Amino acid sequence: MLNDLKQYLREDKLKHILCSGCGHGTIMNALVHAIEKCQLDRDNTVIVSGIGCSSRIPGYLNFNTLHTTHGRALAFATGIKLADPQLKVIVITGDGDGSAIGGNHLIHACRRNIDITTIVFNNNIYGMTNGQYSPMTPVGSYASTAPYGNIDRSFDLCKLATGSGATFVARGTAYHVTMLTDLIVKGIANDGFSVVEAMSHCPTYYGRKNKLKSPVIMMEMLKKSALPLTAFEKLPAEKTEGKYAIGVLHHEPAPEYTKEYDRVIEIAQKGAN
Amino acid sequence: MIEKKTRLLQGNEACVEGALAAGVTFFAGYPITPSTEIAELLSLYLPRIGGKFIQMEDEIAGMAATIGGSLAGHKAMTATSGPGFSLKQENLGFAIMAEVPCVIVNVMRGGPSTGLPTATAQGDVMQARWGTHGDHPIIALAPYSVPDTFYTTIKAFNLAEKYSTPVVILLDEVIGHMREKIEVPDHVDGIIDRKSPEKSPEDYLPYEAGPDQAPVLAKFGSGYRYHVTGLTHDFTGFPTTDPKQVKYLMDRLNNKIEMHKDDIIEAEELELDDAEIMVVAYGSVSRSAANAIRSAREAGIKVGLLRLKTIWPFAEKHLKKYADQVKAVIVAEQNQGQIVYEVERLIGCQAPVYAENRYDGELMKPEQILNRIKEVYRNA
Ligand SMILES: Cc1ncc(C[n+]2csc(CCOP(=O)(O)OP(=O)(O)O)c2C)c(N)n1
Ligand code: SF4
Repeated sequence: MLNDLKQYLREDKLKHILCSGCGHGTIMNALVHAIEKCQLDRDNTVIVSGIGCSSRIPGYLNFNTLHTTHGRALAFATGIKLADPQLKVIVITGDGDGSAIGGNHLIHACRRNIDITTIVFNNNIYGMTNGQYSPMTPVGSYASTAPYGNIDRSFDLCKLATGSGATFVARGTAYHVTMLTDLIVKGIANDGFSVVEAMSHCPTYYGRKNKLKSPVIMMEMLKKSALPLTAFEKLPAEKTEGKYAIGVLHHEPAPEYTKEYDRVIEIAQKGAN
Repeated sequence: MIEKKTRLLQGNEACVEGALAAGVTFFAGYPITPSTEIAELLSLYLPRIGGKFIQMEDEIAGMAATIGGSLAGHKAMTATSGPGFSLKQENLGFAIMAEVPCVIVNVMRGGPSTGLPTATAQGDVMQARWGTHGDHPIIALAPYSVPDTFYTTIKAFNLAEKYSTPVVILLDEVIGHMREKIEVPDHVDGIIDRKSPEKSPEDYLPYEAGPDQAPVLAKFGSGYRYHVTGLTHDFTGFPTTDPKQVKYLMDRLNNKIEMHKDDIIEAEELELDDAEIMVVAYGSVSRSAANAIRSAREAGIKVGLLRLKTIWPFAEKHLKKYADQVKAVIVAEQNQGQIVYEVERLIGCQAPVYAENRYDGELMKPEQILNRIKEVYRNA
């Protein structure tokens, strides 16, 4: 098994840039296991990312990999997928990369339902730039640009994706790795736009700013805050504070974009004759 | 014999015809006047040839998707105008750094900001040179007529593929929208296609450039798995901060264009052999200038025109050829003076350089240039 997984890694690059205890490594691990389960062909898989700690991960993965500009991964990925629909396209993004600067691209990729699987590494902070607040930093949390506590209301990324038209939306955590792997497998299997929000943790900045003294405490937080969807739905509203649902949150198949475009080609070519 | 059809086309239409002749199969963009005809026509034509068209959510995405399409092996382009060209700058820089072939058309309108959406201008020539951050080379071409737009677009694709780099086409609004007769050939020779790596995937190094300094980027999905990044990288494609590697990459990016200047740069020299005054102009203004030099010659003034068809890299050789011969140089532009500074820098110590400008949205007429020629002649 381990040997099988090795083929997906660029072992010579694995002196990675992530801090020890960072949740991103665990999510990368889940992604690699999911790719193994889906038996994705390395030559026909493209992994695209934006900018951030999470977005550095494609460099460690042995596929066609593209590390783009901040927030723009989905726009690059859309070009790739439309240009060659037989390629399997996976996007790695952070909460800042994907929901702040890249928020517009995210909602439009959802809307088009183009067959791309997006994993959002959500550590509720901008890790790479030293811990400023992101659109997913909870109200009241501290960040290097929220020294008095964050007042910006945060996105529920999964609701945003569902509302924008993504056909598969799920949330997992770096603590529930087996489940996360399974969610990514399902996301890849969905013929359309899939969003998997993977709750991560950044001990170096979020942890330090918010008195979460160790990665272990942050893992405990993930464990405590995350509830399977059915359990979460049973909670009375006043008890949902600080908690969130994990699992498949939305799955509603719809026509996939590149297949629809094939129909456009068919119509255009008929008309031209 | 190549069969030709005579048609009456707009510059924007000729641009589309040229792109198709060059083999474009992918377009991603966002609508903006005065470039919209390019997107509209490609949305019609591309699916007919099995190509792909997509209207993205903004120009940032348009540029990004164009690069994505190119990495997946397509000849890819986008088209825009001033405000959209501003938005494309970051990813244009990415394409320069990652050396991804693509063509960016900027149909220039009056600026800054929303400016004059339907009026002509040449205000983006310096933005084309330095719009994206950091040191970088760029190729920018400026056609002056509808037929020239057709051939310039083909050239843009050829240069993009040959040197693995983005190429900008600067069309004046007037050129984009004017109609002229053009003979569109059924077949164009000399189309350059993407190179495929000669080495096996095991030995392939994406940014190990050949003697021409240009890399050969394998199409995604062709069995060559490699890494593409906008970070400074070594020949493997992976990030590096090693000063030697950094300098090597920066130099190579620059040399790739510098050493091929003779292949890239095109300029027309009209009546310059005995000229005492040289007018330098490009795009629509060079047409008024051609008209003005004819009238001036009739009035006995020895004047010629250097028509720049490649704006960047700059036609230094062409310009310097006449630097000692002429008594004065007039740079006529549809802006407040941009290329004039480049001319001044290169030959200002050999001949006085004068700027002749118009930037009220109206086309610079031949009389304006003629009057300036006469005035400069009197005082020379
Ligand atoms: C256009 C642009 N703006 C800002 C930055 C600086 N920047 C780099 S990464 C980053 C935030 C990344 O945060 P996130 O996406 O949450 O990823 P993480 O590092 O936490 O994994 C920012 C603001 C940039 N590289 N480019
Ligand atoms: S800064 Fe935070 S997100 Fe980035 S690698 Fe370190 S722990 Fe992870």
